[in-house]
Amino acid sequence: MTTTFSARGAAPETARPYIEQFDRLQGELPGAGLAWLAELRRQGRDRFAEIGFPTVRNETWKYTNLRALDKLSFEPASPTPRAGIDTLPTVRPAGAQGPRLVFIDGRFHAELSSTAGLPEGVELLSLADALRTKPDFVAEHLGRLAQPDDLPLVALNTAFLTDGPLLHVPQGVAVEQPVEIVHVTLAGDRPSAVHPRTLIVAGTGARVTVVEHHVGFGTGADLANHVAEVFVADEATVRHYKVQREGTESFHFSHAAATVGTNGHYDNFILTTGARLSRNEVRSTLAGTDSSTHVSGAYMVRGGQHCDTSTFIDHAQPNGTSREVYKGAIDDTARAVFQGKILVRPGAQKTDGYQINRALLLSDNAEIDSKPELEIYADDVKCSHGATIGELDEDALFYMRARGIEKDQARSLLIGAFLAEAIEEIADETVREAFQEIASGWMASR
Amino acid sequence: MAGTPETIEQVRAVTEQKYKYGFTTDIESDMAPKGLNEDTVRFISAKKEEPEWLLEWRLKAFRAWQGMEEPHWPKLNYGPIDYQDAHYYAAPKQKNKPKSLDEVDPELLKTYEKLGIPLREQEILAGVEGSEGKSPAIAVDAVFDSVSVATTFRAKLEEMGIIFCAISEAVHKCPELVQKYLGSVVPYTDNYFATLNSAVFTDGSFVYIPKGVRCPMELSTYFRINQANTGQFERTLIIADEGSYVSYLEGCTAPQRDENQLHAAVVELVALDDATIKYSTVQNWYPGNEEGVGGIYNFVTKRGACRGKNSKISWTQVETGSAITWKYPSCILQGDNSVGEFYSVAITNNRQQADTGTKMIHIGKNTRSTIVSKGISAGRADQTYRGLVKILPKAEGARNHTQCDSLLIGDQCGAHTVPYIENRNRSARVEHEATTAKISEDQLFYCRQRGLSAEDAVSLIVNGFCKEVLKELPMEFAVEAQKLVGISLEGSVG
Repeated sequence: MTTTFSARGAAPETARPYIEQFDRLQGELPGAGLAWLAELRRQGRDRFAEIGFPTVRNETWKYTNLRALDKLSFEPASPTPRAGIDTLPTVRPAGAQGPRLVFIDGRFHAELSSTAGLPEGVELLSLADALRTKPDFVAEHLGRLAQPDDLPLVALNTAFLTDGPLLHVPQGVAVEQPVEIVHVTLAGDRPSAVHPRTLIVAGTGARVTVVEHHVGFGTGADLANHVAEVFVADEATVRHYKVQREGTESFHFSHAAATVGTNGHYDNFILTTGARLSRNEVRSTLAGTDSSTHVSGAYMVRGGQHCDTSTFIDHAQPNGTSREVYKGAIDDTARAVFQGKILVRPGAQKTDGYQINRALLLSDNAEIDSKPELEIYADDVKCSHGATIGELDEDALFYMRARGIEKDQARSLLIGAFLAEAIEEIADETVREAFQEIASGWMASR
Repeated sequence: MAGTPETIEQVRAVTEQKYKYGFTTDIESDMAPKGLNEDTVRFISAKKEEPEWLLEWRLKAFRAWQGMEEPHWPKLNYGPIDYQDAHYYAAPKQKNKPKSLDEVDPELLKTYEKLGIPLREQEILAGVEGSEGKSPAIAVDAVFDSVSVATTFRAKLEEMGIIFCAISEAVHKCPELVQKYLGSVVPYTDNYFATLNSAVFTDGSFVYIPKGVRCPMELSTYFRINQANTGQFERTLIIADEGSYVSYLEGCTAPQRDENQLHAAVVELVALDDATIKYSTVQNWYPGNEEGVGGIYNFVTKRGACRGKNSKISWTQVETGSAITWKYPSCILQGDNSVGEFYSVAITNNRQQADTGTKMIHIGKNTRSTIVSKGISAGRADQTYRGLVKILPKAEGARNHTQCDSLLIGDQCGAHTVPYIENRNRSARVEHEATTAKISEDQLFYCRQRGLSAEDAVSLIVNGFCKEVLKELPMEFAVEAQKLVGISLEGSVG
């Protein structure tokens, strides 16, 4: 994620349609009247025009080929009416209410959303609204953590950013209930693209749990290009969980950039079962001393799915702790990619970094590419990473079958137990159980 | 972790030494004019009286090289290299080819004596003259700048059908073998530096072990860059025919100079059915001074092909020298049940930079590979382990285990690990582990308490850290390597 892209002279062909759309639509985008935002968008546009979509020649995109995007001409998604959605995904027990924002094809739907149960002072609203009601607060945070320079998709999002959730938890406030963010894609007849932007700002000592649901109804091709910026102040804790179950023709990209202050803590967990091609980038910067971050996930892919997880932990200050646990099951002709980098900057002494990626190949045609990476410039550190790849343990399978368990069931149990080790990293019990259920559902439908 | 008294003594003995190989030998030499063009390539080929096919091959490589770009993906920082500002051929001047060591320039022999190569030793000389030594020793091929100056023990080896000579000689002696295997593992289009080497390589060793023969002694080559403004481009080709075994050692040194010198070598290994090649390197090119002035740019392509079933190639390297090291000894595991191994100790101190590792390409069934890499970074050095483990779909039951450990000494250095793991076979098992740590205060305290100085203690601890790799070296090298570990870390503590 630190590779520099070199401009290759003329605008790459792949960028052109998007640039044309931007030049046509920029006046209609939210906050079009704000000079600072126009400038930010222009920077994103120019950068994307210069570099276009990344190719496999770029080191950080070595294993994920975006050529399939070239064949589709995505149009920005138009506002959709609330079309017959009766149930929305949730981690809450049936019937329970709680704070929730709902976005359909990238646009906020107030009638499905609620801020009920939030403590006083906590703000939860749509970014498009915030650009009208509190532009200064947005200006203070937007684009501060996710820079378009070497991230083409962030550049694209910066140009087109339309809407998304804004959550502000002021100093000392603890939000007990998880805040749910639901992104629904209703793919229409034409390939459509959305570029949502999430801002999470937790003040000193604040605590909050956010759960993102990404679901797709329908089978058309669409492109979701998310960027999230998470500010975790000193002593604050943000737990950021996400489940991605988009349709099998979807392209899903997300870049989450977090900065953690002194004694702060940031958790990120992503459960992936959906999308034709997905890439989750998580970048967590331990900017204060004694801070910590847990960045984990589980992925289950099959058919022709492609799932890429790329993480970057930046230990910028001493006494930081990071922990990463990723587990994946890959079936059919699916392919998974894991790239995880831990950077320990000069002076970030007493850093403790741990990372493990374990993958299970369930078919003869499945593929996993793994690239764990350590870059260390301080001597008094303890860093380790590990990766293992293999198939289901035949002995364990035999043991279970010998006790009368059906083959399929035995396999499901073993895969379930394997993935559970990652899901157990989720600190919030409600979320953990809900995610476990989704994983079980995936196995049952195998 | 406990060091024997001898180890401690050696470490102590060498910690005061600076780069002891930094002398130059004043020998008249025959040089190509500076610069690189087709004429240079023709000049080298003519000097070596090469057959037409080899000149053509060199020219193809040179033309390919002109269309290539110097790679900049490694984590290395160095100024631009002027490929025109170097001599591509330098040979000690001789009237006639020496028939025995007695005819070799005495100045040259003195150099090797300084290097500690037992070229002149009685037994070995006896070997050259055909009267057998008492015990199997080491057969040495010494390469000075661009040419091989002496090969010992030849007669004894020839009896067994083993060919061990300079590659330029092999071209005349056994052209069919050279033509068949040269470039078959590292094609002339492989990469920028290998392509350059293919165009201008000057000498190196050639080894052929016939079917079923176990080479009775270690074969060894010493490489020495002597002339200023020269690059060394040696090419080594080792072929182990069915059921044979060979252990090959390589050592390198260069004089101390303020300018950077380029070394771009290619090593190709071919192991046929049931054959084993063990290749050990102690690389101690001049690393530059404390401020990073001078030193060798070491850009090396080393690759072994396990062509036959049950074949085995094992790389062991101790990398302590060079200002820049760029080197990835690899194994292509084609034959079923073939085995690849990579054991590496890399030490960077002061301003040295190393980007090194291995590639294990699993193609055949039940292929196995082991990677053990120990990196030690001190001073203001930067070091990267970069490795690839690739399991192709047909590699049923393939296994890999990788262990990369880094040790940092001081807070100005860097240690990095960049492994790539690509698996396309579900029955394969791949494990990768990497750790980074520093020398613990407890270990240091323990040693200091027993009267060791801080520097000795570090040497001892680092030698323990590297033990897993050093034990893979042949005895003769293991001792030298232990000393080097001490020298290389000199001044890194306190």
